[in-house]
Amino acid sequence: MRKVLVALAVAAAMPAAHAQSVKIGVVTFLSGPAAAPFGVPAKNSAEFVVEQLNNGQAPAPYSKKGFGGAPLEIVLLDEAGSTTTQVTEFRNLVQRQNVDLIIGYVSSGNCLAIAPVAEELKKLTNFFDCGTPRIFEDASYEYVFRTSPTATMDSVGAALYVKDAKPGVKSIAGLNQNYAWGQDSWGDFEATMKVLVPSLDVKTSQMPKLFAGQYNAEISALLSAKPDVIHSSFWDGDLEAFILQAGPRGLMKQSLTILTTGETAMHKLGKQIPDGTVLGARGPFGPYAPNNQYNKWFHGGFVAKYKDEPNYASYQMAQAFLGVKAAWEKAQDANGGKRPSNEQVAAALKGSTFEGPGGTVKMSIGKGHQAVMETAYGVTKLQGGKLTVTNVKRYPAEKVNPPEGVKSADWIKGGFKAQ
Amino acid sequence: MVLVALLTGGLFLPQWAMFIVTIAFAKALVALGLMILLRAGLISFGQALYYCLGAYAAGALGRFLGIADIFVQMLAGAAAAGIAAFILGFLLAKYRGIFFGLLSLALSMILYGLLVKNETLGSTDGFNILPSTLFGTRPGPAWVRYAVLASAAVVSLGLALVVHRYLRTPLGRLAPAIKDNEIRVEYMGASARYAVHVIYVVAAVLAGVGGALAATTVGHIDPDMAFWTTSGEFIFITILAGTGSVVAPFAGALIYEIIHTTAYDLSPNTWQLSLGAALLIIIVFLPQGLWSLVSKMSTRYARHP
Repeated sequence: MRKVLVALAVAAAMPAAHAQSVKIGVVTFLSGPAAAPFGVPAKNSAEFVVEQLNNGQAPAPYSKKGFGGAPLEIVLLDEAGSTTTQVTEFRNLVQRQNVDLIIGYVSSGNCLAIAPVAEELKKLTNFFDCGTPRIFEDASYEYVFRTSPTATMDSVGAALYVKDAKPGVKSIAGLNQNYAWGQDSWGDFEATMKVLVPSLDVKTSQMPKLFAGQYNAEISALLSAKPDVIHSSFWDGDLEAFILQAGPRGLMKQSLTILTTGETAMHKLGKQIPDGTVLGARGPFGPYAPNNQYNKWFHGGFVAKYKDEPNYASYQMAQAFLGVKAAWEKAQDANGGKRPSNEQVAAALKGSTFEGPGGTVKMSIGKGHQAVMETAYGVTKLQGGKLTVTNVKRYPAEKVNPPEGVKSADWIKGGFKAQ
Repeated sequence: MVLVALLTGGLFLPQWAMFIVTIAFAKALVALGLMILLRAGLISFGQALYYCLGAYAAGALGRFLGIADIFVQMLAGAAAAGIAAFILGFLLAKYRGIFFGLLSLALSMILYGLLVKNETLGSTDGFNILPSTLFGTRPGPAWVRYAVLASAAVVSLGLALVVHRYLRTPLGRLAPAIKDNEIRVEYMGASARYAVHVIYVVAAVLAGVGGALAATTVGHIDPDMAFWTTSGEFIFITILAGTGSVVAPFAGALIYEIIHTTAYDLSPNTWQLSLGAALLIIIVFLPQGLWSLVSKMSTRYARHP
């Protein structure tokens, strides 16, 4: 009898719960080379955050269940495949699956392609990881947001840290993949260094092709160039290959090496990364995350659930959910407690400020659609068999991000004026 | 009549389906070109070269001249691909078999390499295409998908008819002869090299139009359009479809797109596996391509009227 009652109660509750749930399309790499370092950690983070939010277990002000009481439901989509495929599947998510909003995209190319489509379909879309500043510098959107900082911050922060860690720096060299991410990262870093050190000598810029795997020729070139500093925006497989090949040849001992996305490799390759290497995490994430209650909740819960450290992509995903949740609930309150429309959520998210496991996020550039945050860099030190970071320096958001209305490239070339 | 059916049928499609059908048209045009090449025994592993050239020609029109008219974009795509193929054809028309295939692959990868190194065109990130316009007007958001679909249908049907007629000209009939015995073709007094050159340019023009159409539909282009995996996709559609008729590539492309999107939808973690399995089954049971089903049926009807 009790079983029947329970079944009845469940049956009665289900349609109601289903009717008002918030369907969120989550798009990230589930296959291909970007899956292991970014896609899967981000997917795990999304599933963890949704589970926590649906149970009302996140710290205040995120303690309300789901989004304003409505439970969340994830529709997962693989980001692998051509941009044509991604645009097709984005349209399917919106028009066939009828999702309420979309959080996703690691690849900058995909973000650039998706943004105008999101605008055409009037669907709230929050990019969680992609880096190119072009999205909000070349166009303006009403429905598109990015709650993570742009890649400009990583390069400017890297240059500032190098200047602080090695005050007499005279020469630099680069090792970056020959595609948009590598070219932009090096371009911004080189330009920033030239402003900071006008007499700078750029020894060499090595641009091997993406996923080349073998870097012995580039390492030889860097060894013989003997620069004070080496900059690399390599990630995952390429980064690991470079660390394993450069380590025995003493490259990272000869020059101060800055790996701007090195954090994704630090847990796997901890013992191979020599002490004194500068590691970046694309913002105040992972080892650079502040010791706030959100980070305690996120980091602790993530490690307990997956027995693995969350990396910066995990942090960015969690932050993307929290930002939209805050805006959704603000819009719902303004709407008299009724479920807000995409337009109302967009209006609430625009220009908002919220707290997350990475600290304060300000949606202050790109007409209120692009986030800025502080950033942090530090050097590695093996302590008790675990790789840690020391000499951590933090740079406030305004020092590493261009002001509203100024393009990143112009801001750097202009000597960071109008701060 | 087919056109009227297509245009009215299109009106009842949901927007996401309109998009898929339009992309299928774009890819089918490339496959149609590959089909003509295949009739002459030539497999191009680098047809993405012209697909990408067409797309970048359409994109450049918008970026540098501010023109986004669908038909002008497709013309530009056709022109860019045609001129490039005419020049490269002098080299490629000499080669057959694996040499032709690999040389065409190499050429498309050269374009890929050049685009990746070009930071003003956005490197691997590519760039966005202006929203499509039609004869100087810009259709509203509710109609833009249909406008692009209708333009795609008109152009595709027109080109399919032209190719259909071409296959029945002496030059068109030379292609299977070249495949069977090139020396005899030369003894007959025809120039195989000239015929291959013409076929190569026609196939490239079709791919260029397809590329421009894909560009204006998707709204974004990037160098991956010239990557060898893109060429592979076109070859796959061609083999899936079969070479029986000019309609085959269109049916093949549509079925390929439907299987693709269903696999993404149903199994986000293992879509490659489902896609591969579905396509493998078709190839195993229909080695002559999907069109063999249609030809089998029509011969059966012919035998038992």
